[in-house]
Amino acid sequence: MFPAEQTCCGQLHLNSGYRDDAAALARRFVEVFGEYDAIVSPSSSCVGTVRELYPQLVPEAARVGARVFELSELLVNELGVDDVGAYFPHRVTYHPTCHSLRVTRVGDAPLRLLRKVRGLELVELPAADECCGFGGTFAVKNADTSIAMLADKCASIVSTGASVCSAVDGSCLLHIGGGLERQGTEVRALHLAEILASTEDA
Amino acid sequence: MTDFPAAARVELANGQLRANLHHATQTIRAKRAGVVAELPDWEELREAGRGIKADVLARLDEYLVQFESAAQAAGAQVHWARDAAEANAIVVEVARDHGVSEVVKMKSLTTDEIHLNDALAAAGISALETDFAELILQLDGDWSSHILVPAIHRNRTEIRDLFARTIADGPLTDDPSELAEAARVYLREKFLGARMGVSGANFGVAETGTICIVESEGNGRMCTTLPPVLVSILGIEKLVPSFADLEVFLQLLPRSSTGERMNPYTSLWTGVTPGDGPQEMHIVLLDAGRTRVLADEVGRVALHCIRCSACLNVCPVYTRTGGHAYGSVYPGPIGAILTPQLIGVDQAPSLPYASTLCGACYEVCPVKIDIPAVLLHLRSKVVEHKGATPERLAMRAMGWVFGSARRLRFAQRLGRVAQRPLVRGGSIRRLPGPLAGWTQGRTMRPVARESFRRWWSRRP
Repeated sequence: MFPAEQTCCGQLHLNSGYRDDAAALARRFVEVFGEYDAIVSPSSSCVGTVRELYPQLVPEAARVGARVFELSELLVNELGVDDVGAYFPHRVTYHPTCHSLRVTRVGDAPLRLLRKVRGLELVELPAADECCGFGGTFAVKNADTSIAMLADKCASIVSTGASVCSAVDGSCLLHIGGGLERQGTEVRALHLAEILASTEDA
Repeated sequence: MTDFPAAARVELANGQLRANLHHATQTIRAKRAGVVAELPDWEELREAGRGIKADVLARLDEYLVQFESAAQAAGAQVHWARDAAEANAIVVEVARDHGVSEVVKMKSLTTDEIHLNDALAAAGISALETDFAELILQLDGDWSSHILVPAIHRNRTEIRDLFARTIADGPLTDDPSELAEAARVYLREKFLGARMGVSGANFGVAETGTICIVESEGNGRMCTTLPPVLVSILGIEKLVPSFADLEVFLQLLPRSSTGERMNPYTSLWTGVTPGDGPQEMHIVLLDAGRTRVLADEVGRVALHCIRCSACLNVCPVYTRTGGHAYGSVYPGPIGAILTPQLIGVDQAPSLPYASTLCGACYEVCPVKIDIPAVLLHLRSKVVEHKGATPERLAMRAMGWVFGSARRLRFAQRLGRVAQRPLVRGGSIRRLPGPLAGWTQGRTMRPVARESFRRWWSRRP
């Protein structure tokens, strides 16, 4: 099911200090998703916001929050699936985003999925647990620092010789991908779901 | 007023600084991880540390009075200072009473916070820093950029040149032991002649009135034992209830701070002991904004801090910008939550935003301060304080758009049209207005031709 009324979880507002606007979106989330048994999202930071931070804004969100899962968590931990039959003949490195690592705590679920993808060569990213420098509005408010962090992350990615860097947060990938492109590298930033959706036919 | 983004820009351009910082923080980070991993009960220790500090803050009024009477009973004179000016005036008065024109000091963030050296200088009293790194900074007119390693931004060649210019008797190489020896020779004379010592404090034991100092170099022990008069300044949050509580912190602090199992020197003293050590002991209990922090139920955890600096060494922001960008003696993640609370968020509104909320600081904090949570709390206070800003309007507008799926669909369509002049070869290389910072070092992906929800609705 894709509830058509869904919009944004309000992480942007909450993380920027706009608690009231975030609370309104949290209440909206509870209304739209309240009736479902399991809710899946491809963004670990949004999952972290809903599951870990919503209860401070709206107490009733705790009930719904416990049923929200990041994609790899749902597949590996909840459904016990680590082989989705994907095919992706590329050298891939994986960046564990800060929120997937320290807030949502998806553990090694994304890596277990990647290891089962046919044709995929998984290479370890040096200093993987170091933040890429995105940080929401930080990327714009503190652009110089953000870009300094990104430069180091891109250098780590390029050093692996991978042609693809994957992660479970679209926003970090937008930032990393934008850095890789600006630096003129051929490395692409792809969401885990895009890799898992690749098959031999397409 | 601190403008972190602007100050960071200057620091980031300093390649030497970034190389020094990277090397030093990586080394200390690895040492810490090693000695923390050795302890099977590290998480329990952290929880104990957090619990003790929470108790201290909850009953601070009682513990302070208990500490005062215990210290007085042991022969110390206890002074209360509401702010920096009062604290400084007390120290100046003690020095004047004894006709002292030079005091020896051990490294103390609290005295840096209240600018004690400047206050002493204004009264014609010179304060000599005796910690190796603090001495370097003092000789060069520089200031601290790290809680534990104040001169982390300087390398040994710079220090050799500085010493050759100032304190060294003869020629000098940049060999660390030779540099240390030059400082030792210089300081030894000063210690022997000093008539008044000034210290901060790592802990004050409420039960006994004892002060505890934890250090690496031994200069602190000289400052607190050789001169006949000693003044120790401690922030009111530095108390622990009982002597036994030190067991927890003396395990947490060195492992988190220098990455050692135990620090080389731990000094404990209680009041005055006839015939041994200083015969006149003053303790200054400093508030300087701390009770205001205490009044904030969310923000008060910042007062748990034991100044280990583990959060600085793992912070992706600090390790690139260094400490000066924070414009405070408390830099890094802990500074980003402590400084705005001590001086008021209106005085440092950019500091709560000097973080990507990556959470690395919370993970290593020995007393479990949830720094990201306090950053969010302070950001909402900044927003409240600033009132109507263009950002506030933009956030409101986005909130309104996200308030209905129809409005979001419309906004996406609008975005597709608006971005047309900006898209070149499938990506955006330059964004206008407040978003220009993004394209300073990144391209931007345009809004997708087809949204997920549209793709979903037309699936077979």
